[in-house]
Amino acid sequence: MKAKAFKAAFPHTLPICVGFLFLGMSYGFLMRSKGFSFVYPMLMSLFIFAGSMEFVTVSLLLSTFNPFYAFFLALMVNARHLFYGISMLDRYKNTGWKKFYLIYGMCDESFTINCAVEPPPDVDKGWFLFFVTLLNQIYWVSGSTLGALLGYVIHFDTTGIEFVMTALFVVMFINQWEEATDHRPARIGLICSLLSLLILGAKAFILPSLALIILCLSPGKIPARPSNRSNQP
Amino acid sequence: MTRFQSIVTILAVVSGTILTRFLPFILFPEGKTPPKYISYLGTVLPYAVIGFLVVYSLKDAVFSQFHGIPELLSILLIFLLHKWRKNTLLSIGAGTAFYMYLVQTWFR
Repeated sequence: MKAKAFKAAFPHTLPICVGFLFLGMSYGFLMRSKGFSFVYPMLMSLFIFAGSMEFVTVSLLLSTFNPFYAFFLALMVNARHLFYGISMLDRYKNTGWKKFYLIYGMCDESFTINCAVEPPPDVDKGWFLFFVTLLNQIYWVSGSTLGALLGYVIHFDTTGIEFVMTALFVVMFINQWEEATDHRPARIGLICSLLSLLILGAKAFILPSLALIILCLSPGKIPARPSNRSNQP
Repeated sequence: MTRFQSIVTILAVVSGTILTRFLPFILFPEGKTPPKYISYLGTVLPYAVIGFLVVYSLKDAVFSQFHGIPELLSILLIFLLHKWRKNTLLSIGAGTAFYMYLVQTWFR
C-alpha cells in the first residue's frame, strides 16, 4: 500500500525537487556566508519549513533581539497557510495520524499538488498526500543543508548574495501578478509598505505597514452588525 | 545576538508558522464554515504580503549610500528576463549574480 502510494506521489514532486534543491541551496549558502553553522539552516528548514519566512529569519537573526516581533511577522508572512488549511479541511479528513504531519508540512508546493492531483483510485489517499509532503520537505532540508556545507568548501566574494531573497520575492510577485485577475491586493501590499518605509524608516515600518495593508483591504468586507438590535433590552 | 537569543527568535518564528498551519483545523473542525471576512483575507493576503516582502527585502537598500540604484537595476533585469524566458530559477540566479557583480565592482 505504501510502495504504491510512493510510486504515485514521486513523479508529481520531481519538478519541485529541482526548484527546492536550488532555492534551498542558495538559502543554506546565504546563511553560511553570514557566519552561521550548517546546523542552523538544517534545523530551520526542518522546523520552520516555509521558504520566504526562512529568508526573512536570516535578517531577523542579524538584527536586534525581538521575539514578539518575529512571531508576529511569521504570522503575517504565513497567513496564506490559513487559506490553504481552510481549503484542505475536507481533503485531510480520515488520514489518521498522518493528518498531523500533513498540516505541519503544508507548504505552497505541497498544497498545490495535494489540492490539484487526484490519486489513482487504487492508491491510498492518506499515504499519497503524506509522501508528496514528505518528499518535498526532504528536498528542501537536503538543499539547504547541502548549500550550507558547500559554503565551507567554496570560497569567493559573497558580497551581495543576500539579494537572492529580493530576487525570489520579485519573481514571486511577477508570477502572482500574472496569474491574478484582481491586482488591487498586490498594489496595496506594495504601496502601503513602501509608504510606511519612507515615512517611518527601516526599523519601525513593519508592523504599521502590515496593519495598513489589512486596513486598506478591509473596506466593505467586514460584515455589518445589525445595529438596531444592540440597544434593545 | 547570542546563541540563546537566536534560538528564541527561531522558536518564535516556528510557533508563528505552526499556528498559521494548524489554526483552521482547530477552529473549524467537521463542517464548520469559516466567517466570510477570514476567507476573504485568506484569498487576498498572499498577494499583498508578497508586495510587502519585496519592500521588506529592500528596506536597508533605500537608505544606503547608493539609494537602492543597484537593487533597482537588478530588479529591472529580473523583470525583463522573467517576461522573456518565464524561468523562475534563471531569473533568480541571473538577478542575484548581476547584483553581486554590481556591488562588487561599480557600487562598492
